[in-house]
Amino acid sequence: MALLHLLLAQAAADPTKGLTAIGRGIVYGGAAIGPGIGIGLVVGNAITAMARQPESAGTVRTTMFLGIAFTEALALFGFVLAFIISG
Amino acid sequence: MNALLLAVDVPPISHVTNWGAGPLGFNKTAAIYIFAALATILLFALGTRRKDALVPSGLLQNTAESGVGFVRNQIIMQTMGSDGLRYLPYLTALFFFIFFSNITEIIPGVQFPANARFGMPLTLALLTWVIYNIVGVVKQGPLHYLKNSVIPPGVPKAILPLVMIIELVSTFIVRPFSLMVRLFANMLAGHLILVTFGALCAALFAAKVTVVIMPFSFLLLVAMTGFEILVSFLQAFIFTILTAVYIDSSMHPSH
Repeated sequence: MALLHLLLAQAAADPTKGLTAIGRGIVYGGAAIGPGIGIGLVVGNAITAMARQPESAGTVRTTMFLGIAFTEALALFGFVLAFIISG
Repeated sequence: MNALLLAVDVPPISHVTNWGAGPLGFNKTAAIYIFAALATILLFALGTRRKDALVPSGLLQNTAESGVGFVRNQIIMQTMGSDGLRYLPYLTALFFFIFFSNITEIIPGVQFPANARFGMPLTLALLTWVIYNIVGVVKQGPLHYLKNSVIPPGVPKAILPLVMIIELVSTFIVRPFSLMVRLFANMLAGHLILVTFGALCAALFAAKVTVVIMPFSFLLLVAMTGFEILVSFLQAFIFTILTAVYIDSSMHPSH
């Protein structure tokens, strides 16, 4: 409760601060949508490939990590951008 | 300084070139990097085979040999092939240095991944950028290298100008930038998660009513700590393998 009162008092003092926080949330949330779907596709198809051909699992795993790394870069840009935004 | 406070004492994110107070400015990030560099050097100085023993023995030698084997088989042979074996020393050192400066995230009393401040990730990414550009210019010649990295094979003439601009930006600007941001943001996010759950546990423990739900928060803290071990390893692996992939794209251009 004390924390809630503190937050309410701060919001009353400077309403734009809350808007900055909402903006950060929207930036990171929006940036996470695409990579979330993308990483799901990458890993799902990698699992399919490994299940069909277990002997190629090593190669598939390496390629899967590469694909994840490229896909998640966009989400991380959003994460960093959310920190850069200042109210 | 109190040993307990040392774990909480973390340099601000903006401290990239400001290394703390005093003439020999020195903070936790710098201390962890020195530890990581020393650990990497010592591992291979003490772990390499001195005598002609057929079976490796001892923790250091086993770690060093399996580390070299891992980088050789899982990173270089998968991406560059046997041409890339000349980069084995650099990539092994890179892997262990990043791993040692990441793993301090979960070491009690330190609990801070040095790569969560973007000075060193930026330096390492620029080093990778310099290496793959030099390799490309030396192996293919300046004009061929530029042509091969800007014009992908099999693109229709009509959209070629657009593709050229995209490829130029993505090869020479986005590559080092995303390499830097990937390492830095992953470690920063992991650190923030651990700090959030740690502070939440302390806040819930303080009040008598909320102490009932503290175990859930604590269990998640333990689980996230285990997850961060994986992330520390994975980020070192990804940084190294992407460096190998970029060097490979300069060595063997697609026709």
